[in-house]
Amino acid sequence: MGTDENGYKAGSRLEKILKAGHFAFTGELGPPRGTGAEEVREKASHLKDSVDSVNITDNQTAVVRMASWAACLILIQEGLEPNFQMVCRDRNRLAMQADILGAYAHGVRNMLCLSGDHCLFGDHPSAKGVFDIDSMQLIQMVKNMRDEGKFQSGGDIEHPPKLFIGAAANPFAEPYEWRVHRLAKKVEAGVDFIQTQCIYNMDRFRKWVQEANDMGLTEKCYILAGVTPMKSIGMARYMQSKVPGMDVPDEIIDRLKGAGKGKAADEGIKIACEQIEEFKEMKGVHGVHLMAIEWEHKVPEIAERAKVLPRPQVD
Amino acid sequence: MIVAKRKPFEEIKDMLQGYKKVLNVGCGTCVAVCLAGGEKEVSVLNAEVDMARKLADDPIQIDGITVERQCDREYLALLDGKVGDYDAIMSMACGVGIQFLAERFPKTPVFPAVDTSGLAVNQAVGWYEERCRSCQSCVLAWTGGICPVTMCAKGLYNGPCGGTNQGNCEISPDQPCAWFMIYERLRDQGRLDHIKKIKAASDWLDQVPRTLIQPGYQKPEAAEAE
Repeated sequence: MGTDENGYKAGSRLEKILKAGHFAFTGELGPPRGTGAEEVREKASHLKDSVDSVNITDNQTAVVRMASWAACLILIQEGLEPNFQMVCRDRNRLAMQADILGAYAHGVRNMLCLSGDHCLFGDHPSAKGVFDIDSMQLIQMVKNMRDEGKFQSGGDIEHPPKLFIGAAANPFAEPYEWRVHRLAKKVEAGVDFIQTQCIYNMDRFRKWVQEANDMGLTEKCYILAGVTPMKSIGMARYMQSKVPGMDVPDEIIDRLKGAGKGKAADEGIKIACEQIEEFKEMKGVHGVHLMAIEWEHKVPEIAERAKVLPRPQVD
Repeated sequence: MIVAKRKPFEEIKDMLQGYKKVLNVGCGTCVAVCLAGGEKEVSVLNAEVDMARKLADDPIQIDGITVERQCDREYLALLDGKVGDYDAIMSMACGVGIQFLAERFPKTPVFPAVDTSGLAVNQAVGWYEERCRSCQSCVLAWTGGICPVTMCAKGLYNGPCGGTNQGNCEISPDQPCAWFMIYERLRDQGRLDHIKKIKAASDWLDQVPRTLIQPGYQKPEAAEAE
């Protein structure tokens, strides 16, 4: 069980690229705070042909935005492959499964299972966080829907959704020693690929990947290393001091400072490209997930400079 | 114990608007211990209400009485002869006591003077921390005696999430991360295997009003039928 007759679990472009042994390159797009489909199309136009798949965030940072599944459909219309993000904060298991069925029916083939930021961070801080199930249980549920054709309650699904299942991992949040074991739990739950938190502390990341290699986990799931180029010294400082679970070493800030006036953004891209070069050679890393936050128009340039173009074609 | 906090005075004043003769009923158990609704708090609140109404030129007769427990019939029975003299009752018990009082005297309006906040421990005088959400599916055996349902802001069963911030929760540097604590305690006890297994989704038994009958007991009407 678990694979189609063609040998794929879902048959998404992302899955085909990873299975063929190519170095994957995925992007990210945050839906608008309104109904502007054009805004989604505009952002998507920058990502087209530069990335294999585009994560569509789900009310990221607990701020209301156009539904992830809806923005996914716009991407499909534009000829891009979405990666449907779903957080456990906003839906119970009924709503989650309903959205999964609907998204699949419209052509969504990748999904990323997340806990979600706490409501306190967002624009509706007094909202009730649902957390009916957690991200681990969500992975299990989607896998069971796909491979066993069963709803979470055990009932049969007519025409089960065949999704390529992703999840996040953060090697930079304490307790460090536990992080690889949490990855192991996600693998056991049935995850196919992992997209990590933005990486700035390369030493810590190397150590985590090494641990994952040693435990055989990188043979059981694909690891896409998370990369976010720094746009400015201010952004780096903010991420260093204000974003929980983010590890920005002082060297990064020093390099941005040292680049000179007006050149921090370019230095940020340079750092990102150096990281990507290392990831290409790193055992256990199968690709990069580029989170160019509100910087989608820069993605073609970053992809070019990171020498990941042209993207491989798969059938 | 159950902990509660007195409602803001303005809210209490609004509830009592229009009532001239009110009985304020304290509770001598949990809310007395947590300094919210015992005999002393009844006296203080009554004095404040009395003063405010006098100043507003709208005097009220507000009397006080504190029973041992408002969640027990035998103690509420002590009020049977008194309540009829009043326009309304105010209760300083937890939400359980307030409702049991209202149930016993259904013709009299009953108003809550406190907000009940949960099941908590007494860290020091006046300082209480929630520890249990009474989910009815206790997992403390495999989480090192630390409740993830209560202590994790997301109630994760397979934490910690990626938001751990130097051992604290992403919601606040003053809130320890429950899963960080669970990890440390189980590590020190050599029991990490407990959380290496995936914990399945909860059945959420607290989604309907619950009735509990201990083994060997039954409802009185069932006993009478026998």
